Amino acid sequence: MIDKFVRSMAEAMNGIADGATVLIAGFGDVGSPNALLEGLIEQGATDLTLVVNSAGRVRKPGQPAQGAVARLIEMGRVRRVITSFVRANSVAGEWVKAGRMEAEVVPQGTLAERIRAAGAGIPAFFTPTGADTLVSEDKEVREYDGRRCILERALPGDVALIDAWMADRWGNLVFRDSGRNFNPIMAMAGRLTIVQTPHVCDLGQIEANGVVTPGIFVDRVLRVPVHEPALPE
Amino acid sequence: MTDTGFRPLGRQGMAARAARDIPEGWYVNLGIGIPTLIADHIPPEREVVIHSENGVLGVGPAPETHKANPWLVNASTHRVSIRPGGSFVHHADSFAMVRGGHLDLCVLGGFQVAENGDLANWAHSATEAGRQIGGAMDLAVGARRVWVVMEHTTRDGQARILERCTYPLTAGHCVTRVYTSLAVLDVTPQGFVAIDMIPGLSFEALQAQSGARLHRA
Repeated sequence: MIDKFVRSMAEAMNGIADGATVLIAGFGDVGSPNALLEGLIEQGATDLTLVVNSAGRVRKPGQPAQGAVARLIEMGRVRRVITSFVRANSVAGEWVKAGRMEAEVVPQGTLAERIRAAGAGIPAFFTPTGADTLVSEDKEVREYDGRRCILERALPGDVALIDAWMADRWGNLVFRDSGRNFNPIMAMAGRLTIVQTPHVCDLGQIEANGVVTPGIFVDRVLRVPVHEPALPE
Repeated sequence: MTDTGFRPLGRQGMAARAARDIPEGWYVNLGIGIPTLIADHIPPEREVVIHSENGVLGVGPAPETHKANPWLVNASTHRVSIRPGGSFVHHADSFAMVRGGHLDLCVLGGFQVAENGDLANWAHSATEAGRQIGGAMDLAVGARRVWVVMEHTTRDGQARILERCTYPLTAGHCVTRVYTSLAVLDVTPQGFVAIDMIPGLSFEALQAQSGARLHRA
């Protein structure tokens, strides 16, 4: 019997190595694998490359770092972030400015397509996004149909951390509203795809027509309490 | 300034002016800032489908607080609603809509627009610590039309309408129209053409606040 449910956070996090590239889904707090990120903080892996849409919120003066990504950075466990958004006054911005962490800032659609490509077995692709901008530095340029395009590489993860609304024991997933965002493509692109979900379904309860991410892309599922996404600041 | 009988449009005024020109049936992405305000100025009976790059097609108005759904946000991570007929997609599909040329229009904020259609809207220098690209580069190259809504000049009076952008580019040759606090400018092969100006403003006064040659419509 296939059963991808794990019984504990320790089991979910087992084997995440130092130096791993970790894909972190979510857009703001929506669809974010918040519980798994706490598990990663606890688990201790370091020298990480984090792939995440936004590298974190502005840090208020005198306040501790908000959010798991900022906390991992502040613990000195992140070598590099690959992201579409680094705010100057965030922990990530401070660490990049101080030369303590690398940041690769990527257009959001290119970030998504690099992840999708990795999951789909496409090693690289040409895109018009970013041509003749700072993003195109050191990249191969070709003209297609009269448009300048740049070569972008696929972006696989050693680990993908995913938040789903519902899951069954085969790892079939459904997401909630705009919580879908990066989750399906990161699930495809992770060599080890770990899912948190508040709702466990019997096999067949998620009807075949309604499966958004099929279980073939999923390795482990952990049941967690419902987490209501926080309001933006 | 010799003109005294005009009043520049504010944020809502610019949003309302741009909204007037969006016809029924268009699929439209509204960028962060003033462009987001445009949605409130499109009458509900005019069916315009709003795309948000975090994977929402058919964005509806902001819900009352007690009816808000925390899982339903727009690209500014503000809580929104979804209209009947709307859909959710993942990020790669959302940007396929963008890059694949399926959007009729994207409206973006801007720092500078050049007469060749170049847009700068994400950074003031190549070296600043924050790098906030987000979806702007994809939207600028992908949408069939790119409109920019911005103040005509900076707070200290520097021109934003230029021969060439001085800030890092978002994309080249992408802007087709600019809605400013003073005028509506089409970007044409000849350069900027003023197709509308606020009442009481002379063409010469508009030209004086612009860093590129303007043409009369």
